[in-house]
Amino acid sequence: MSEASGEGLMFHPMDQFIVKPLFGEGPVHWYTPTNASLWMVLGVVGIIMMLVVGTRGRAIVPSRGQSIAELAYGFIHKMVEDVAGKDGLKFFPYIFTLFLFIVFSNFLGLLPKAFTPTSHIAVTAVLAVLVFVTVTVVGFVKNGASFLSLFWVSSAPLALRPVLALIEVISYFVRPVSHSIRLAGNMMAGHAVIKVFAAFAPLILMSGIGIVVTPLSILAITAMYGLEILVAFIQAYVFTILTCVYLRDALHPHH
Amino acid sequence: MEGDIVQMGAYIGAGLACMGMGGAAVGVGNVAGNFLSGALRNPSAAAGQTATLFIGIAFAEALGIFSFLVALLLMFAV
Repeated sequence: MSEASGEGLMFHPMDQFIVKPLFGEGPVHWYTPTNASLWMVLGVVGIIMMLVVGTRGRAIVPSRGQSIAELAYGFIHKMVEDVAGKDGLKFFPYIFTLFLFIVFSNFLGLLPKAFTPTSHIAVTAVLAVLVFVTVTVVGFVKNGASFLSLFWVSSAPLALRPVLALIEVISYFVRPVSHSIRLAGNMMAGHAVIKVFAAFAPLILMSGIGIVVTPLSILAITAMYGLEILVAFIQAYVFTILTCVYLRDALHPHH
Repeated sequence: MEGDIVQMGAYIGAGLACMGMGGAAVGVGNVAGNFLSGALRNPSAAAGQTATLFIGIAFAEALGIFSFLVALLLMFAV
């Protein structure tokens, strides 16, 4: 179904999500350097630049770079402590890594011509399934079989509990699905909307109606871009805070 | 012929899946609106609840994203 369904447009809005080899043509193997892997590496390089190079001065009055790194660290540290509790702080490095990777992928993906790794469900599903497995293992290791009391709502009337248990089990296993699709869907949808407007922008070169359409679409791109900057941060925040919520459920499963 | 009808159905279904967007809009608006009305009643307690606000928005929005997923599946996978 990928054959030119966007004939009226200059380019197809979903073209930006195609994973291509960086050098030449040909099939994509697991070791092929692609645009996806390039932008993931750039994200990691950005994180290292921010955390290692930025805090190299170790100044008491922090420089600009150092205060960005310190703010990010403090922000996530406080979030983990508030949501998952003091004993959740053991997982702070993991959660901070998740947050930084997602936030850098999202923001670097907003650059023109860039590729957003987090717009692919393959990438976000790996992150979400890792969180799911970690949380489940932690829950069973910490609480043993009493972790299953997460599904047995003891505050509900006895007759309702089996029904609630079924619902809780389903919602537990849907977690990795919604966790990954929320991030990928948001990134993909926002970028596709920008590209749809961008495809209408050059209409002024082809027909008279472009006098109306072109300024409107450029305005819409600008507005969507502002929204996307917000969404890029909020989705990273939401992914991280939901990880903390799942972690809290694993550490303290009693309702 | 049969393939055309299947394709037509897929396109119509993808369009219908957009209705889920309205549901997500109602949900997210409900969460944000109730947060605001609560926050205006007790502004000092509002700052501590922004995390809850975002969790609520995320849950409401996830179901809208599912409809987007259904549309994508119909467009590219059926």
